[in-house]
Amino acid sequence: MCGIVGLHLREPALHPRLGELLTGMLGQICERGPDSAGVAVYGDPRMSPPGRATTSLLPRGHSAESVVGAVTALLPAADVGVFEGGQTLVVNALTEPEVLRAAVRRAVPDAVVIGYGEDVAVLKGVGHPKVLADEIGLVHVQGWQGVAHTRMATESAVTPEGSHPFSVGPGQCLVHNGSFANHATIRRELRADGVEFDSENDTEVGARFVAHQLTHGADLEKALRLLCERFDGFYTLLVSTRDSFAVVRDAIACKPAIVAETPQWVAMASEYRALAHLPGVETARIFEPEPEQVYAWQR
Amino acid sequence: MAALSPAAVDPAELSAAADEVVTVDLAHSSVRELNAALHRRDAAERASTWIVTRPDGRHSIACGLDQELTVEVDGHAGYYCAGMNQRATVTVNGNVGVGVAENMMSGVVRVHGSASQSAGATAHGGLLVIDGDAAARCGISMKGVDIVVGGSVGHMSAFMGQAGRLVVCGNAGEALGDSIYEARLYVQGSVKSLGADCVEKELRAEHLSELAELLTLAGRDDDPAGFRRYGSARRLYSFSVDNAY
Repeated sequence: MCGIVGLHLREPALHPRLGELLTGMLGQICERGPDSAGVAVYGDPRMSPPGRATTSLLPRGHSAESVVGAVTALLPAADVGVFEGGQTLVVNALTEPEVLRAAVRRAVPDAVVIGYGEDVAVLKGVGHPKVLADEIGLVHVQGWQGVAHTRMATESAVTPEGSHPFSVGPGQCLVHNGSFANHATIRRELRADGVEFDSENDTEVGARFVAHQLTHGADLEKALRLLCERFDGFYTLLVSTRDSFAVVRDAIACKPAIVAETPQWVAMASEYRALAHLPGVETARIFEPEPEQVYAWQR
Repeated sequence: MAALSPAAVDPAELSAAADEVVTVDLAHSSVRELNAALHRRDAAERASTWIVTRPDGRHSIACGLDQELTVEVDGHAGYYCAGMNQRATVTVNGNVGVGVAENMMSGVVRVHGSASQSAGATAHGGLLVIDGDAAARCGISMKGVDIVVGGSVGHMSAFMGQAGRLVVCGNAGEALGDSIYEARLYVQGSVKSLGADCVEKELRAEHLSELAELLTLAGRDDDPAGFRRYGSARRLYSFSVDNAY
């Protein structure tokens, strides 16, 4: 079991309420995954200041000051900043996302990069989801899109890098409820193609597979259709990029998913109770995604 | 109308008037308090109708009832709503999550919206009516329940169905009636595929008659003659050396 919630806000007037709404949703899925949690937030001006690249990392004991100092030494003109969110640091700078990520990796080689891009921050860790949400101040977050996950580990250890979301391509984010059966085989194939991995986690293989397809020209919908063909196991996935928000379930569809859609927002959750408090849910179109059908919304 | 507010949760506080309606607001009372009140031996004497407001997708609402009670849930319910029901009539004015009326023994459960997967799973008796759609595995391992779905059902519905009737006014998904024993299935629309050992069967007068009765009980006016009947080919469940792999 694991819990997923995601909210894609179409109505700009709701952007200041993203964190408040997402915190309420997360609070309803804690029982589904009490061992670790994580969020990805798109468009929060404190975590990812507009016009700047971001790199999110698990700092492995390095302080925020030392990380900023080491990255500044490599990018002296980039005005490096940092947001401290619980077990995660989100470094930002006036440069390109790939440049910042490479600089962070060189500056703190023993830290784990857990996300990068523009307008995106990924924060995750081990512990009770409510504690993590408090630590990162989720309730104050703003933006146009957010995803949260609560984990009940089955396939690999309870570690910060084994927590979701997995964000392995620019602005991409993937969360998973279920377990992939053939992840070791696919990891081996991707490694042979030169793809690097941070963990032994099955979901990371799904995220790397999607990123690999996107790099080779597929759009998100196509990448997820290819995932359905290649992966065995159980999955409900919520995958987001800076501009899109997509849901897919395996053919058996035993892992729950429910979508609610209004002109103001699209929301997805493992259980309806996580959607019950969203404004206007009374008139939302509510449905369960069909198996192996990719549902995608664009900004 | 009496309200089961936190202060009035103690069921002894409520007057025993048989025609009274009791409203339980789940924004103020817990599901545990609601179900405890519905399980009390004098629940039926205390109120003929129990109304549950603001369910907001909570799980296990009105589970394990065993009296001739009428319960109305105003809104969407979560998992296992009206599970293990005996004798009670539970109506949901909304959608329900996984496993509505699972293992029901008797009584009536009506859902005016749609149901998630495993509706009526393993149920032995009673009537489950779903006005909207039911997702995958509707009536899985059904053991005598009657299920009428106004819309469509998902894949693997009536999987290992042992007894009872499943009526689908819309379409059925893949592998309908896989490994079925003796449940009888009626579908008005299309069937994406039949599961192992499930076959179409002749719709005879006695089937038209039981189907008409079930549709009437469900409050529907579909023409029984427009349905097809499916059931077990009986090649799989009795021992045959050909089935030993």
